[in-house]
Amino acid sequence: MNAPLPSVTGAQKIGIVDCDIHPVQRSAADLYPYMSQRWREHSEMFGPHIRQGLTGMQVYPRMMAAGQRADAYPAGGGPPGSDLDMMRAQHLDAVGVEWGMLVALSKGGMEERNPDYATVLSHAVNEWQRHDWVAKEPRLLAGVVVPQEDADFCVQEIQLRAQDKAFKQVIISPRSAEPLGRRRYWPIYAAAQECGLPIGLHPAAFSGGAPSTSAGWPTYYMQEHYGFCTGMQGNIVSMIFEGVFERFPRLKIALIESGFTWMPAMAWRMDAAFERMRKEVPHLKRRPSDTIREHFWFATQPLEEPENPAHLPEIIDWIGWDRLLFSTDYPHWDYDDPRHCIRFRMTEAQRAMLFRDNARTLYGLP
Amino acid sequence: MSKSRFVVARTSDVAPGTSLRVNAGGRDIALFNIAGAFFALGDRCPHESGSLCAGKIVGFAEADEPGKYRLVRDGEFVRCPWHGWEFDIRTGKSWCDPEKSRVRAYQTGVTSGSDLVEGPYVAETFKVSVEENYVVVEI
Repeated sequence: MNAPLPSVTGAQKIGIVDCDIHPVQRSAADLYPYMSQRWREHSEMFGPHIRQGLTGMQVYPRMMAAGQRADAYPAGGGPPGSDLDMMRAQHLDAVGVEWGMLVALSKGGMEERNPDYATVLSHAVNEWQRHDWVAKEPRLLAGVVVPQEDADFCVQEIQLRAQDKAFKQVIISPRSAEPLGRRRYWPIYAAAQECGLPIGLHPAAFSGGAPSTSAGWPTYYMQEHYGFCTGMQGNIVSMIFEGVFERFPRLKIALIESGFTWMPAMAWRMDAAFERMRKEVPHLKRRPSDTIREHFWFATQPLEEPENPAHLPEIIDWIGWDRLLFSTDYPHWDYDDPRHCIRFRMTEAQRAMLFRDNARTLYGLP
Repeated sequence: MSKSRFVVARTSDVAPGTSLRVNAGGRDIALFNIAGAFFALGDRCPHESGSLCAGKIVGFAEADEPGKYRLVRDGEFVRCPWHGWEFDIRTGKSWCDPEKSRVRAYQTGVTSGSDLVEGPYVAETFKVSVEENYVVVEI
C-alpha cells in the first residue's frame, strides 16, 4: 500500500526531448577513474569546486532540499540526479523522454578557479558523462562542459569530443569572468561553429566575480533565482553588440533555464538603440532582433505562470514557435512536468515543435 | 451519494510527524499523523501533481515585520516536494490562496480491529487483526 514514487501518469502523446537534465556525481570519487593520481590527491586534500571560500556550500540557501526535488533522493544514498535507475523510473520512463540532454553542472570546471584543476575536472566530467551515463542509457546525450576562462583548453576539449556522437553541444558558464561577448571567449565560439555544436548557456551557482544582479549581490535566493534572467540578458547584449554573430554566422546558442518571455521587449529596445546609434558599432550589419531570431533558442523551464495562461502563447508568437525547447530541470526543485506545466492551448504542430522537433533540429537528433 | 469507508493502515504504520501513501478505492491518498491524530489528503498537488506524502512536514513562518518572525503550528503543513506549495494538513487548504488552491481532504477515524470485523468497512490491502487499531478513511 506504500508506493515510493508517483504511479499515476497521464497520457503522453509524443516522446519529448528534455533539454535540461542534471546528472550528479555520488561524490567526487566518481570522477577519480578519469583523473590522474596527482589530481585525485588534490581533490582529497583541498576539495573540489572552489570559486568561493566555503567549498560545497551554496551561496544562497534554497528553500527546497538544497535546490533539489525532495522526492528525488535515491534510496541507496547519494544526491538527487546520481542514480540512473531512479532517473529512469521517476523521470525518463514516467514522462516519456525520447532524448534527454545532460547539463553537468558543478564539478565540470567552468566554476573552478584553479586553472589546471579546471581542465582536469572538465575532461573527467566529460569522460564520466560518456561512460557512466550515455553508454548505459542511450536516451541520454552529453554536453561538452568546458572552463570558459581557458579558451585554449576549451578548443582542444571541444575538438576531441566533437568526434563522439554522444556529445551534442558545448556548455560554458554565463557567470564568466567577463561578459561572454568579449574576445577572450571567441576561440570557443570558433571551435563550436567549426564542429557544428551549439553553445548551451545554463545559469551557474558560482560567479567569476560579478554579482548575479547588476544592482549588486542579492539578499535572498528568490532574487538570485530571478537573476538567472537578467544575468543572461547581460551576456546576450554583450555577444550581439560585440559582434560575435558577425564573426561566427553559423553559431547557435541555447539559453537554458533563463526564461524567454523577456526576450521580445529586450529585442525591441536593442533595435531602437541600434537604429539611432549604430555608428558606435559599425561592425554590426543587422538589427539585433534579426540576430536573435537566427541564432538563439530558448528552453522553457521554469515556465512562467501568468494568471491568464493565454498570455504565454502570445509571447511565443513574437519569439517564434520554432525557437522553444522543452526542458524539465530534473531533479531540481523547480522541475516542470510535461504532463501538467502547459496551461494554454497549442495546435498539434506547435506541440510537436515545442516538445520535440525544435530540439531535434537544433541538436541534429534522429 | 453514500460514502464508503476504507481501512488504509494500522495506526502503528504512521508514526507521529510522518506520512504514508495509501490507496483507497483506487485513489492515492496521503495519510498524516499529527501528534496521534490522523488526516488524509489527496496525494496530488493541484499545481503540477507532485506527490504530497513525499513532501516535508513543516510549520508556518509568520512575521509582523522584516526580521521579526516566528514558527507557528509546527508539523501541521505539508510542503510539496517539487515547487514547495504548502497545504494545511488539517484542511487541505493553501495558506496563500485558500479558495482556489486546495487538495481534497478526507474524513478519517480510528477503529479497533474487533469493531472492523463487524463491517461495513472495506479492507482492501491487508488482513485486519482484532488486537490492533486501524485508520479508516471515508470516501
